[in-house]
Amino acid sequence: MYLLLFCQQFLNGLQFGVMLFLMASGLTLIFGIMDLINLAHGSLFMVGAYLCATVFQQTGSFMLGLLVALPGTALVGIVVEIFTLRTLYARDHLDQVLATFGLILFFNELTKIIWGPRALFLDVPEALSGTIEIIPGAPYPTFRLAIIVVGIIVAIFLYFLITRTRLGMLIRASATNREIVGALGVNVKLLYTLIFGLGALLAGLAGAMAGPLFAVEVGMGEDILILTFVVIVIGGIGSIRGALVGAILVGLIDTLGRAFLPALFKLFLDPATADGVGASLDSMAIYILMAVVLAWKPRGLLPAHE
Amino acid sequence: MMKRLLILLTATLFLTASWALAGPVKIGMITTLSGGGSALGIAVRDGFKLAIDQEGGKLGGYPVQLMVDDDSRKPDKAKQISDRFIKKDNVDIMTGIIWSNLAITVVPKAVRTGVFYISPNAGPSLLAGKGCHENYFNVAWQNDNLDEAMGQYVKDKNFKKVFLLAPNYPAGKDHLKGFKRFYTGKPIAEVYTKLGQKDYAAQIAAIRSAKPDAVFFFLPGGMGISFIKQYNQAGLTKEIPLFGPAFSFDQTILSAVGNAALGVMNSSQWNKDIDNPANKKFVADFKKAYRRLPSLYASQGYDAARLIASAIKAVGGDMSKKDAFRKALRKADFDSVRGNFKFGPNHHPVQDIYIREVVEEDGVLTNRIVTKAFADHSDAYVGQCKMK
Repeated sequence: MYLLLFCQQFLNGLQFGVMLFLMASGLTLIFGIMDLINLAHGSLFMVGAYLCATVFQQTGSFMLGLLVALPGTALVGIVVEIFTLRTLYARDHLDQVLATFGLILFFNELTKIIWGPRALFLDVPEALSGTIEIIPGAPYPTFRLAIIVVGIIVAIFLYFLITRTRLGMLIRASATNREIVGALGVNVKLLYTLIFGLGALLAGLAGAMAGPLFAVEVGMGEDILILTFVVIVIGGIGSIRGALVGAILVGLIDTLGRAFLPALFKLFLDPATADGVGASLDSMAIYILMAVVLAWKPRGLLPAHE
Repeated sequence: MMKRLLILLTATLFLTASWALAGPVKIGMITTLSGGGSALGIAVRDGFKLAIDQEGGKLGGYPVQLMVDDDSRKPDKAKQISDRFIKKDNVDIMTGIIWSNLAITVVPKAVRTGVFYISPNAGPSLLAGKGCHENYFNVAWQNDNLDEAMGQYVKDKNFKKVFLLAPNYPAGKDHLKGFKRFYTGKPIAEVYTKLGQKDYAAQIAAIRSAKPDAVFFFLPGGMGISFIKQYNQAGLTKEIPLFGPAFSFDQTILSAVGNAALGVMNSSQWNKDIDNPANKKFVADFKKAYRRLPSLYASQGYDAARLIASAIKAVGGDMSKKDAFRKALRKADFDSVRGNFKFGPNHHPVQDIYIREVVEEDGVLTNRIVTKAFADHSDAYVGQCKMK
């Protein structure tokens, strides 16, 4: 009985971790390679979800929505990079935080002007709407499994992109020393725009995949953004592998903590106190994890270049 | 000489009096227009404005000036706006706050300065009980009311194993307390989640393994949208029925939840199909003005304005007659869109509360009244209110 519940919760944690990875991979590329703190990454997540939901409402097709949302979000990202972020690379992190925080406000208001203040509806595609008994006796939503599959595909794709392609080589090189890469005749400006576009595309993918699960509403990317920063700090800034490990770790700890901490405290506290303590501790769990990891490995679990 | 002075004095008095009469009644509205939860504030504002527009810029036959400002759901910002309304704009009446934590920050201080506050939504237990005030009126409900109705209904329907779910913050605990006040059985589990949580997979798995025969939840705004969608995706909607207060099944939210909400029972003091002339006029005029169905919040904003109108009319637009104005508010001499309405001794509604079902009408999801859970229902805190 408990084993069955544990397996379900483990799967839930894994799925949440994969969702975080989709966000974190883009953010870690931008943060690690371009040295830009982009608070507006959550806004790109929101843009992805809104674009997908809009196309879904017009056509009734989630896949079509996804096909529009991915390039659409990448395009929004590229435009933002060219017009606002380019000037910020040379500035220090505080300026970047201020400017990208401004972008959050800008995107929230713009979204409200275009789509109105009400949440939009986005449903799972028909083919993925059922449940599968992957663990006997515990039907699991097919769409959540699909998210895990998409996450794995993205992880493999990024691994090949970074280690096996010329673009990946340039990305790695400019992470190490962007001046030398520039001096060798590579158009670093264009490269950065491409990286930012890729990051935006991944955020848009995460947003579109999250849309059927969560409320598609203004400000939906902000909660997940904080978790995403925790993930990349734990994993090691700039490291895709680190983002994967960090995301799965945070996803599992967050979900399992939520599921089992109150029950654990009930063993030696009265139920009301146990619920309170459990709920409070589970909100802290991932931050405690972050503190422990940073104390042990100040540069994260798998830093990009040691 | 004496006579001339007297004439002068009367003239001055008359002048000041007529000057006071000539100015519009100033109403300050603090509500949430941006960020999460803005749909609620916008609905309240639109409902309130509709009542003013119906009279061509007047309420109760006297001109009013409505000032609206956005609190972004932040207590400190709400407090700033309130200070400005009171000190700089000299408002007579304030209204609009959606969230209980903002109301507790702003209202007690505001009403002590002599301003009237009419709450169109938030009804924290503090302001209904120990912290009640002669200048504070709530035209919507006390927070626990809707949950109490649902508790009664779930008990009457003989559900034995109920699973409770709410966010871990004061209002969440209040709402579950309200449910338990009338659902006298012992719930099999009472789970509090993080405020603002989006992913309910862990709780849904816990529900599945606990095998309850009903789930009662209070998750306002986006939290409820996420929960209902995920609950449906897990295939549980058909197995274990959901129950909740109207907030997660309001007109502003249903379109985002989709068919997952179909058939869910929820409790409310208002619905668009309540049969009375005031409600018919409200629904028709709202649809005409804003081209959408009115929500619960819009009905509350509208009733707040209609209540104010009745009291302005009673004092002839003269807001210096505070005692008369208060007396007129207490009488609640207006046709509420929900039908029966009067104030209890703590200035909170005594009203009927209904059980509604989510249905589809002309391709749009909306609610239909199934039964009346309570008639002339008051709140549990009225005894604690010692009003002067």
